[in-house]
Amino acid sequence: MAAVTKPVIESTRARQRSGIRPQTIRLTILYVVTIVLALLFMFPLFWALMSGLKTPQEMYAFPPVIIPKVMRPTNFIDAFTAFPFALWYRNTLEVVVLATLGTVASASLVAYGFARFDFRFKNVIFMLTLATMMLPSQVSLIPRYILFHDFGWIDTLYPLWVPAWFGGSAFAIFLMRQFFLTLPRELDEAALIDGAGYFRIFWNILAPLCKPALATLAILTLIANWDSFLDPVIFLQSQEHFTVAIGIWYFKQQEFQVTPTDQLLMASAVTSIIPPIALFFSFQRYFVQGIVLSGLKE
Amino acid sequence: MQTGMSNPQIVTPGRPLLARLVGGQTRQGARKALVGYLLISPWLIGLLVFVAGPILASLYLSLTSYDMLSPPRFVGLANYHKAFFEDPLFWPSLGRTFYFAIVFVPLSLVGALLLAMLLNQGLIGTNIFRTAFFLPSLTPSVALSVLWLWLLHPQLGAANQVLRLVGLGSFPWLTDSSTVIPSIIFISLATSTGGGSMLIFLAGLQGVPKELEEAATVDGAGRWTKFRHVTLPMITPTLFFNLILGVISALQVFTVAFVATNGGPDYGSWFIALHIYQQAFAYLRLGYGATLAWIFLLVVLLLTMLNFASSRKWVFYRGGS
Repeated sequence: MAAVTKPVIESTRARQRSGIRPQTIRLTILYVVTIVLALLFMFPLFWALMSGLKTPQEMYAFPPVIIPKVMRPTNFIDAFTAFPFALWYRNTLEVVVLATLGTVASASLVAYGFARFDFRFKNVIFMLTLATMMLPSQVSLIPRYILFHDFGWIDTLYPLWVPAWFGGSAFAIFLMRQFFLTLPRELDEAALIDGAGYFRIFWNILAPLCKPALATLAILTLIANWDSFLDPVIFLQSQEHFTVAIGIWYFKQQEFQVTPTDQLLMASAVTSIIPPIALFFSFQRYFVQGIVLSGLKE
Repeated sequence: MQTGMSNPQIVTPGRPLLARLVGGQTRQGARKALVGYLLISPWLIGLLVFVAGPILASLYLSLTSYDMLSPPRFVGLANYHKAFFEDPLFWPSLGRTFYFAIVFVPLSLVGALLLAMLLNQGLIGTNIFRTAFFLPSLTPSVALSVLWLWLLHPQLGAANQVLRLVGLGSFPWLTDSSTVIPSIIFISLATSTGGGSMLIFLAGLQGVPKELEEAATVDGAGRWTKFRHVTLPMITPTLFFNLILGVISALQVFTVAFVATNGGPDYGSWFIALHIYQQAFAYLRLGYGATLAWIFLLVVLLLTMLNFASSRKWVFYRGGS
């Protein structure tokens, strides 16, 4: 009896084990792959941070040192004072804040127009608006340079934020319009019957409901402007008007000719990463939503 | 009223010119249309002054010789002739740009899709993984360029240190004209694969109806068959969206090459965007720069149109539209 049941039990166990196994193996592989990839993606940022904390000796040691023996957080202060970074951060902040305010304010009004009003050529204008998303910025760069030159705006911060007050961008308008379309029209109609004007409907009824979309747009605009390089590199000329991005580029060029201070360059690069990352962590939900919304063209 | 209005009886005979311009069938409709125009007027001005106007101005400038010191001098198609037949950097820079885009775009799409699929497996800690994949794409491009320049330093960089540890020797990365573009592709993949397109794919994957996949499983479909015949067709609109924007932005590759290698070594990373910048703003050949920019615009539009044309063959829209 025992001799007969034993193999039976064993075979069920084997079956159970083999029934679990492929699933477990699959999950293990998935976790290992995901964790390794996550570490690989984070490594450059980690390496930059560690490099920013090194002494010059460790910076140029061969073979390279990954984690410095003595951390030198003072590098971050040294980098900040080696060049007028305080001024450059102030300039960047000015551009980023004004451009974001302009984009949020004007894009939401324009989007309100596209979402709620019928007027002649609306669809044509809207299609043209979407088409501008596919234009490379290089093609308008030269005339814009000439235009801003005629305005006397070269080597000022104006070219970097004033255009944002004219509707922001096609993307901004599109994002806000999509959001307005999700709000029921009955809201407007009820308010209209109660005697509210179109601007009051926008300001008192729709805008408060749009807060998530406005936050999303604000964050995406902040980060895009923080990252901006091509426009500032063309429109700014003197050190005192640089943004952080141009400042780091300038630092890198100087550094190449004078003394090697790569650890300070790394420290300044790492510092410039902090604001977008901080924004991302504070508003992660809006952020992900916004990007996803941009991909759901219907 | 000879304009042949579809509904002439509700239009008052003296329908004001303004109402006819802005549209709207009734007095109130016309008023609303006018408000609509008022609301979008900032954008109309912006579109005209900062987008459409400059593009047309660029077309005019492309037919001139202009250095901002003396007025533009009309030269006909001479600049185009110069670009196509005389400029030794034009064709190679366009070629390098294509080389970059053709390798980078497919790899980044496949990479972003694979990452999104990993994030869609319901693993514990998915939020942390998503953040880890995404953070590099938040790095400002200038910071990223100096960071990678250092990371890929032939002697002192971490990348070659790893290669030496596993016995692969060292790789010249950005310091050799034949490896500079593969290196820039590598940098771009490492920093943008986990970015916006991954999040868009993830949303696309989450939008695939569960019933469809379950039905396929009941029918005995394996993982691959299910992916190939259910999931993939369902996310083709997302794939198409990412492809269009991916191609357009890849063709504009600029910052990494400009900051990290300055187009070098030996013009190895001299992309078309650098050539436009150099001609227009370093040599102040604004007319010729505009010519290059317009040729570039036409190339981008042509490729985008080809993408749209091909999409009819492979993009699957639910509801059949």
